[in-house]
Amino acid sequence: MTAKVFVTLKKGVLDPQGKAVERSLAKLGFPEAGDVRVGRFIEMAVNASSKEDARKKVDAMCKKLLANTVIEDYRFELSE
Amino acid sequence: MRVGILRFPGSNCDDDTLHVLTRVLKEEAAFVWHKESALPKGTDAVVVPGGFSYGDYLRSGAIAAHSPIMDAVRTFAAQGKPVLGICNGFQILCESGLLPGALARNVSLKFECRHVNVRVEGKPTPFTAAIPTGQVLRLPIAHGDGRYVCEDAEALGRRGQVVFRYCDAGGGITDGVNPNGSQMNIAGVCNEAGNVMALMPHPERASEAVLGEDGGLQVFESLRMHVRRSS
Repeated sequence: MTAKVFVTLKKGVLDPQGKAVERSLAKLGFPEAGDVRVGRFIEMAVNASSKEDARKKVDAMCKKLLANTVIEDYRFELSE
Repeated sequence: MRVGILRFPGSNCDDDTLHVLTRVLKEEAAFVWHKESALPKGTDAVVVPGGFSYGDYLRSGAIAAHSPIMDAVRTFAAQGKPVLGICNGFQILCESGLLPGALARNVSLKFECRHVNVRVEGKPTPFTAAIPTGQVLRLPIAHGDGRYVCEDAEALGRRGQVVFRYCDAGGGITDGVNPNGSQMNIAGVCNEAGNVMALMPHPERASEAVLGEDGGLQVFESLRMHVRRSS
C-alpha cells in the first residue's frame, strides 16, 4: 500500500514561507492566490494487512514523528 | 560536577560547551554519543548542545528526539536532575516532549546570527538560580527555526516557566527586539518542575571576556551551585 502524507502548519500558526510565496505569486501576476500555506509531503510504501491496519499505522507515524502536533496538522491518503 | 554533553550527528556546539565546562569552570564533562542507552555513572547534569542534528531533516530536532540516549535523558529528567538545552538542544527537548511548545521558522525567513539581549525571569531553575531576576544578558543567537510557539504562552508565563525573553539593553520587551517572532519574545522556557530548561541563545559562546561577552558563564555557574547544593 502507498501512503501520501501532507503536513502543514496549523491554521492559527503564522506561516512566513506561505506569506513569502503569496507575495511572490502576486508579483508574478497571480493576485488571486491567497492564504498560501507551505507544507511537507511524504510518500511511503506501507506493509499492512488491510487498509484499516495501514490507516492505524500511518496515523501513529504522523503523531510520533512525521508531524509535530503542537504546531502542525496532518492528513494522509492510502492507495493500493 | 560531572556533566554529560550529548552528541548527535550534526551537533556543532558540543566542543564549545565542553570547553566552557572543563577549561573555564574546571569541572568534569564528557560527550555522550546518541546511540548510547545510558548516561555515564555519576552524571550530575545533561547538556543537549546546539548544532544541526541530522541536518535538521524533517523538522529541527525531530529525529534526534527519538535517539536511544533520549530515553535515558527522560528518566534522568523525571528524577528532577538538571537538563539544559541550547539552540538545537531546545528544539530537541521540545520535540521529545520534555519541554512545552515548538520552534517554528523565523518570521524573517532568515538565519539570524547576531548578539541579542535577553532578560532573566520566571521561576528559579538550576541554570538561572544565581542570576538576579530582571538581569539582562548579551548572548549570541544563530538559528533559522527559533520562533517559539506554544498553545498558551501566557499561562506558561504565569506559571513562571518563561525563563528568558528577548529585550532591549535596558530590559524592555518590545516587538522591535524580537529576532524571530517568538510569542511574548520568549527565548527560553523550563518544564513545570524547573529542572529542564532550554534557550535559543548560546551562553557557551559568551562565557569568556576574550570573546567579547562573558555573561553566559552565569548559566553554568548557576548549574555548579545547584549541583553542589544538592549533593
